[in-house]
Amino acid sequence: MTNHILQPALSRPKPFTLSTNQKAILLFLAILIVTLVFWETGARLELFSPLMPSASETFKDFWFWVSDPFFDYGPNDKGIGLLLLTSLRRVLIGFTIGAAIAIPLGILIGLSDVASRAVDPFIQILKPVSPLAWLPLGLGLLKNSESTALFVIAITSIWPTLINTKFGVSNVDQSYLDVARTLGASRWRTLTKVILPAAAPYIVSGLRISIGIAWLVIVAAEILVGGAGIGYFVWNEWNNLKITSIITAIIVIGIVGLLLDRVFGLLQHWVAFGQRL
Amino acid sequence: MITPPHTVFSEAAAMTSSAHLSIHNVSKVFPGKRDWFSRITHRASIDYIALDQINLDIEPNTFVSIIGPSGCGKSTLLNIIAGLSQPTTGAVTIAGLPIAGPGSDRGVVFQNYALMPWMTVLENIRFAIETVNPKLAVSRQKAIAQEYIELVGLQGAERKHPHELSGGMKQRVGIARALATNPQILLMDEPFGALDALTRGFLQDEVERIWEQQRKTVILITHSIEEALLLSDKIVMMTRGPEANIARILDVPFPRPRHRETLDQHPAYHELKAEMEAHLSQETRAVEESRIRRPVKA
Repeated sequence: MTNHILQPALSRPKPFTLSTNQKAILLFLAILIVTLVFWETGARLELFSPLMPSASETFKDFWFWVSDPFFDYGPNDKGIGLLLLTSLRRVLIGFTIGAAIAIPLGILIGLSDVASRAVDPFIQILKPVSPLAWLPLGLGLLKNSESTALFVIAITSIWPTLINTKFGVSNVDQSYLDVARTLGASRWRTLTKVILPAAAPYIVSGLRISIGIAWLVIVAAEILVGGAGIGYFVWNEWNNLKITSIITAIIVIGIVGLLLDRVFGLLQHWVAFGQRL
Repeated sequence: MITPPHTVFSEAAAMTSSAHLSIHNVSKVFPGKRDWFSRITHRASIDYIALDQINLDIEPNTFVSIIGPSGCGKSTLLNIIAGLSQPTTGAVTIAGLPIAGPGSDRGVVFQNYALMPWMTVLENIRFAIETVNPKLAVSRQKAIAQEYIELVGLQGAERKHPHELSGGMKQRVGIARALATNPQILLMDEPFGALDALTRGFLQDEVERIWEQQRKTVILITHSIEEALLLSDKIVMMTRGPEANIARILDVPFPRPRHRETLDQHPAYHELKAEMEAHLSQETRAVEESRIRRPVKA
């Protein structure tokens, strides 16, 4: 970590000088206020569709959901915290299954050129497929909405982690491998002590992309399979025509996605040891 | 072309030690592309003969520098001695036994340090010790690592990771790691090439000091005439590539321990330096001229 010690280049202080950060915060606030004012006045003057709530109504509803996130009055009336926990649980289980397949497979194809070339056509064809295309297949095979959601998340999580793991394992700095060879390290020792730690930043960056996509996909998957979770909530509130709840859900989904990304960002920094990716 | 073997004698020339290193008729050819696809796409190239019939004998506990114009195959030769690369013909023997790949009897110091970024200074050195000697107790491994950290003057930096170290400190870890497994032969591939001039001079003095404490056979690849004169017993000057060979072997008669400040007071210093400069500038000029004249593609 570097300390930013700002020392004035000139001894004479300039009046009204703002740092880049301060300027950015001011601009951020300006954009936010302009948007909110436009939204509020637009809604009051009925410039938008009659469904569109005003900013103040939305804020009131947002506060209702956020202030008491864990109430439970039956299957279709749960607090937003419980809904998020349902979705997060699905994402984490599906993501873990995906990673448990992708990381070992990625290591294998990263180590073996033959396996890599053999598996590559499958990856290239399956990777660009929208995860939702797997959903009917999952429903058909598993006959269970909960398992289908996990199946879709697992499939989604595989590709970025698989590709990054393979890249990390097959692109270990040759000099690290030369060090291991000159010392006479066994293949297993080279793998566990050199190749995997060297590939770790790439593997974690793959996991970071995977969890981001999994969080994107869970909302869509829950809209389709229904039953529970934040995605189902969005669809349910649309059926109730409660746009304020939908906007609340959008903001909360965004914040949770941001937090997930930050957690993996920290993990990435933790395994990188000053290496630049 | 067969050249007679060049022999490097040390003070203990008569003594036959286990670390006697011998290079017999070593050639290295990098095959060119001559398949039909390469020909059609005009990417065909001829074989590149990097080294042509190198013969060299190195007595135990001698410090030998190999110097030559860039692209003369110095690093290729060092990689062959390290076992990281196979010679196309010929063989390298240690104590009469041909080497079959890399081994812990040869420690290597890499130009780019090659420290594992995820290991601390202590762990990097202990990794080498544990790899070579897995049955050694962990406490003993740590004690040996600590001993070599002190030898290279890095006490206090044991728990630092490589990205927290300067280039000079990294290379001291590299040297400690190479020495910690107690190899018979230390191979150094332009170890100070990536360092600034002041740090380089400081590390050269350190290597001279360490070598006074732990005399081993050292083979140092270098571009620097002063470095070779300061550190070596023998200097092997190579001709330009392709088909590089040994041009001359110089004896460096200066008494040890040596000091950079007083080295040029020795009567032979300027003569040796002038001879090396003449050889290197002649070879380098020839390399530059041949690059202008010769087409790259076959």
